[in-house]
Amino acid sequence: MPYQFTVSPDFSPDHLSGWYIFNTWLQKQLGEAVHLEMYDCFQTQKAVIESNGIDLIYANPFDAAMLVRKKGFRPLARPVGVSDEAIIAVNAESLIYDVADLSSGIKIAVTDDPDIRLMGMIMLEAGDLNLNNTIIISCDAYILVAKQLLKGNADVGVFLAEAYDGLSNIVKSKLRVIVRSEISVIHHGLMIGPKLAHRKMDILELLVGMKNNDKGQDVLKSLGFRAWDKVEDEEMEFMIDLMDALSV
Amino acid sequence: MRDFKPEDVIGDYKEALLALYGGLSRLVLYTDIEIPYPDGKLIVSTTDKNGIITHVNKAFVEMSGYTEDELIGSPHSILRHPDMPSVAFKDLWDTVNKGEYWQGIVKNLRKDGGYYWVKATVIPNIRNNEVVSYTSVRRKPSRTKVEDAKRLYATLK
Repeated sequence: MPYQFTVSPDFSPDHLSGWYIFNTWLQKQLGEAVHLEMYDCFQTQKAVIESNGIDLIYANPFDAAMLVRKKGFRPLARPVGVSDEAIIAVNAESLIYDVADLSSGIKIAVTDDPDIRLMGMIMLEAGDLNLNNTIIISCDAYILVAKQLLKGNADVGVFLAEAYDGLSNIVKSKLRVIVRSEISVIHHGLMIGPKLAHRKMDILELLVGMKNNDKGQDVLKSLGFRAWDKVEDEEMEFMIDLMDALSV
Repeated sequence: MRDFKPEDVIGDYKEALLALYGGLSRLVLYTDIEIPYPDGKLIVSTTDKNGIITHVNKAFVEMSGYTEDELIGSPHSILRHPDMPSVAFKDLWDTVNKGEYWQGIVKNLRKDGGYYWVKATVIPNIRNNEVVSYTSVRRKPSRTKVEDAKRLYATLK
């Protein structure tokens, strides 16, 4: 029975093939069978985690607390220089220039990406906005959030900054950023579950060493990463504490 | 903790002698200059169980006006503004000491005598079922909440 690997469903579509390349590389290096299963929504993935069906995960920070505290996962590594930041954007022709200009009843286009949704709502909170006095338009992808703004269906959109920056210049020219988060300590990371824990040091060594050889660098490039950095247990605990503080 | 020095303060100031936790007192100089909380940023710090700062992020340094070296090792009350009623901080400590989180609107004092409002959340950091430290995360408050807090705190002084 192969070990089960999954990736947070908010992965960039540009890097879908990169995760399969990474998994092939990992199996070869590790000498273990690892099956990569990509889920298209957080709820489905969460149900599999709950039933102990995952051994390795590139996890959204929002899920880190559950993985560590309920499922016995431990952190392995994070991509160097990559953190999760959120953007609040409006249609370029909108009269909204500040969160304080917004009022209750507005329509907010968001994806189900949980940490970005949380960060977005925190930024909107400065305008006395919350889930009880706004209308949420759920979208399957960030390009659809942009579309809701362009069509005038939504007043504001919440984006993963990386996804917003990756929109085409034509789309971006029709949108305007009103807030960009600068949090820098919230990030995705690879985490390892109890069944695979005995290979933790081997996997960590492989990950950290990827940047030192041509093949490893090619795999990193396919993921859009420069290198992996080790994440200490306490560093992960700190991020979980931070997410806890933001969630209340 | 050092008293304020007039040369650090920008603008016309008033004086106040603060009675702090643990029998400490501090002379502070404060002005009417508000520094708006920057959009999109979080101020993060960690203290030990006695409220001594052990970690600060860049936004904390920028907004407080102190250097990181001045903040690490100081009590978190280095930010205490004379307009904040002591009962608010008693409530904070009573709450987190029970292992629960505390949330409130707080007026913080900068090194230059100016001030900034935050929405603060303080959570106990629990390791092996024991509280080992506290993390405080501050974010931008709405003006409505700030005005509510101003009215409330004026009645509690």
